[in-house]
Amino acid sequence: MAKVSTSKKACTVNPLKMSQPIGGTLAFMGVEGCMPLLHGSQGCTSFGLVLFVRHFREAIPMQTTAMSEVATVLGGLENVEQAIVNISNRTKPKIIGICSTGVTETKGDDVDGFIRIIREKHPELDHVKLVYVSTPDFKDAFQDGWAKTVTQMVRDLVSAPQPGAPRRTGHVNVLPGCHLTPGDIDELREIIEAFGLTPSFLPDLSGSLDGHIPDDFTPTTLGGISLDEIAAMGSAEITIAVGEQMRVAALAMQEKTGAPSVVFDRLTGLAPNDELMALLARVSGRPVPRRYRRQRGQLVDAMLDGHFQFGGKKIAIGAEPDLLWATASWLHELGCEITAAITTTHSPLLELVPTDEVLIGDLEDLEHRAADCDLLITHAHGRQAAERLHIPLFRLGIPTFDRLGAGHVLTVGYRGSRDLIFDIGNIFIANAHEAEPDTWKIPNEASDDASASVTTH
Amino acid sequence: MSTLANKIQEVFNEPGCGKNQGKSEKERKKGCTKQLTPGGAAGGCAFDGAKIALQPITDVAHLVHGPIACEGNSWDNRGAKSSGSQLYRTSFTTDINETDVVFGGEKRLYKSIKEIIEKYDPPAVFVYQTCVPAMIGDDIGAVCKTATEKLGKPVVPIYSPGFVGAKNLGNKLAGEAILDYVIGTEEPEYTTPYDINIIGEYNLSGELWQVKPLLDELGIRILACISGDAKYHEVACSHRAKAAMMVCSKAMINIARKMQERYDIPYFEGSFYGIGDMSDSLREIARLLIERGAPAELMERTEAVIAREEARAWKEIEVYKQRLAGKRVLLITGGVKSWSVVAALQEGGMEIVGTSVKKSTKEDKEKIKEIMGQDAHMIDDMTPREMYKMLKEAKADIMLSGGRSQFIALKAKMPWLDINQERHHAYAGYVGMVELVREIDKALSNPIWEQVRRPAPWDETTWEEVADAAIAKEAAELAANPELAEQKRRAQNVCNCKAIDTGTIEDAIRDHKLTTVERITEHTHAGGGCGKCAGSIASILARVSETASVTEAA
Repeated sequence: MAKVSTSKKACTVNPLKMSQPIGGTLAFMGVEGCMPLLHGSQGCTSFGLVLFVRHFREAIPMQTTAMSEVATVLGGLENVEQAIVNISNRTKPKIIGICSTGVTETKGDDVDGFIRIIREKHPELDHVKLVYVSTPDFKDAFQDGWAKTVTQMVRDLVSAPQPGAPRRTGHVNVLPGCHLTPGDIDELREIIEAFGLTPSFLPDLSGSLDGHIPDDFTPTTLGGISLDEIAAMGSAEITIAVGEQMRVAALAMQEKTGAPSVVFDRLTGLAPNDELMALLARVSGRPVPRRYRRQRGQLVDAMLDGHFQFGGKKIAIGAEPDLLWATASWLHELGCEITAAITTTHSPLLELVPTDEVLIGDLEDLEHRAADCDLLITHAHGRQAAERLHIPLFRLGIPTFDRLGAGHVLTVGYRGSRDLIFDIGNIFIANAHEAEPDTWKIPNEASDDASASVTTH
Repeated sequence: MSTLANKIQEVFNEPGCGKNQGKSEKERKKGCTKQLTPGGAAGGCAFDGAKIALQPITDVAHLVHGPIACEGNSWDNRGAKSSGSQLYRTSFTTDINETDVVFGGEKRLYKSIKEIIEKYDPPAVFVYQTCVPAMIGDDIGAVCKTATEKLGKPVVPIYSPGFVGAKNLGNKLAGEAILDYVIGTEEPEYTTPYDINIIGEYNLSGELWQVKPLLDELGIRILACISGDAKYHEVACSHRAKAAMMVCSKAMINIARKMQERYDIPYFEGSFYGIGDMSDSLREIARLLIERGAPAELMERTEAVIAREEARAWKEIEVYKQRLAGKRVLLITGGVKSWSVVAALQEGGMEIVGTSVKKSTKEDKEKIKEIMGQDAHMIDDMTPREMYKMLKEAKADIMLSGGRSQFIALKAKMPWLDINQERHHAYAGYVGMVELVREIDKALSNPIWEQVRRPAPWDETTWEEVADAAIAKEAAELAANPELAEQKRRAQNVCNCKAIDTGTIEDAIRDHKLTTVERITEHTHAGGGCGKCAGSIASILARVSETASVTEAA
């Protein structure tokens, strides 16, 4: 049981956290033909856009209501209206996903009300879906914005099945948390399909931000789940949510569809993937395919080969709650000691993290606690701390702007769990301390310096 | 907010700005920032601009007062390099929460400043105002004043909430802050007749260091670079320079002009991009210093260095020039550097086929026109699809642009080079020009292009063919249907700020017998935003009145 505390500092130094509106816009990016729109000043959009461009190395569709000072004071109805009209004319989206920001929430813009007025005034835009999520910057974090947006999409876009209508046999809804990469989603799709089931992912970043060459250029998202497919999720047999953050969305789906839902708080590690396989076998009525039996064997072998490297290693992790939970749990299960855990926002999982304390804080807090660690795990902003501490950094999460392939990093499934052993184990091997003549020198008892007598590993 | 409103008005009234001087009193009051279009805008806000301008000061703690979005989403993402302190890369933000929004964030701000000074001991703290604290009425000026008095360190308020305007305005507001609070507050240990300021150079990718060795060799001292690789003390002492060079077009003209006014420091506007521009800049620096009392022999030494460096650069470029001659470069870039990059590329023997000037001032564009001839193809607000079409039509061999449009080019399997802020290569000075040419050659001659353009074995047609077919179909439809073509022509936006199309303007001219651009603006609002489209409106006017007189004559 970890103690969960919040940093007492007034000033955040080297933020780990990103804002919830851009978490929300990322969720909208997993829907086909979508233009995410931030209701705020144009900088709100611009910063998020640059962040995603640098992480995914893709063109990012994202627009702004471009609130000026005057518009902010008077209220943003006109800007929201103009933005929706302009976007509809210029980029012909099927859906515009709107998230509020700190600016417009401070003013208290009633965007739901705006949308009703705009709907009345512009019947010509009836074919464009509008989904609105309230996501003030000064509350919560990236993960929360994602979760709220998916929940809202379930409420607004999924069709409840007709009473008595048959369910679509073999159809599975998947609600992935924001800590899953496009590569993770591809992996889950393959796994589920291997059981003869048909998965629908909401949102589906694997279709839009996986770095493919599109058949045609669209200024909106380049792929993702279609609105029709989202609507049809209502008649699926079961909903699988990945990450505690998706629990509310899973419940919303269950309420709407009547189909049962299962929340996997993580899919990294041996046990959670065994559970997934058992569930899919049960739902499909088929045995676990040979490919995954082999992959399980490979994972077990990797654990055996790798445990020499992992045992007793001290790890400092800075990540959003679900990513922290998945990574810390798996490393703990491989024999590591989680000596520092920093996160961005509350989650029921935090007190379960296998460490003494989970701090809602920043990368300065992580740096202070990581001094004698063997490995730092956080997003790319950990690079300065790692350099100062001379500790290797394993980049995990958004943003990863200084490495290639951030969208394809795999941490789910037997294969993702195995790859994580190799990637992190190799860092340990590369940084292993070689023996030197002085490594085992007899400690000087007279010395006042107690730390000098403690040998290194 | 009155301080901020005054500042903005003051910045708009910039007498050093030629464009501003050409405006009427009423127009000048309206200001020079483009009215942003909801749903059609791109680019950063005023806060972004202010941070870009000042963050390169390396030993200062840059504290962003606002919710997590402003700093948390954007920190450590700019390529300004430091030869010393790395403090400017440490991110500080008040990360205000709901309680602060309700009860005010001043206490948190003061505590934050105190924590920073206790933990990091910087020579100064810069506090950036963002939208939410501005809305809830946090008086950052008062907090900074109290903090300066109580904590004994300069704490500088930068009034730059994002919603007051675009990046360009933010650059200038940042300039105002250091004019008001930093410049002239400290004295240099000594001065020389060879002390200059470089204003508007941010040392991105270390570009200042491509130029500094030449100045060092000439004995010219950069007293302060504002703000690349600068230390607080240097900026505070910069009022003792003998002359100044303003690098970044109009971004910090207010600093250059006011320093001339207040401290009698003459400045010139120059560029480190391109061999010719680099030489001109060195000459101008020498000329101004000699004017201010440096020995005349400085010019001889400068000419000698120029001759040597030019010869060296040309020799190195010669190798590539043959391979690059006639290659067509599509240039899409923000204003600050467009015109200097154009000059540089032409020296490499390349042809420029277009440039986007979204963030440019009118004068920037005039310069591009001057350099590129009257056919300068200006591209504003392009959608990705249009961009593909244009790459195709321009028969461009390579595209140079900022990071954001990169993927459009790459997905079109088009060689591409990053020339904006986040880029990793330095292109200044003589060495930088050679580097740019080398990078273009590397991009063009990479063996991947032929491979990636090859169709997949199962594809009967490549996607290029599909896209081409779509474009051809569209063209054929327009050709077959003159009505549709006319409709499309009329629907073309002329004024992006007010979203006024060609047809509306043409009708207004005919229906109301308008004869001047001003009258058209009165009637249609076209041209009533940033005023950038005045030229297009004038040509529509000319065309319509011509056809009208022809019809009348008939």
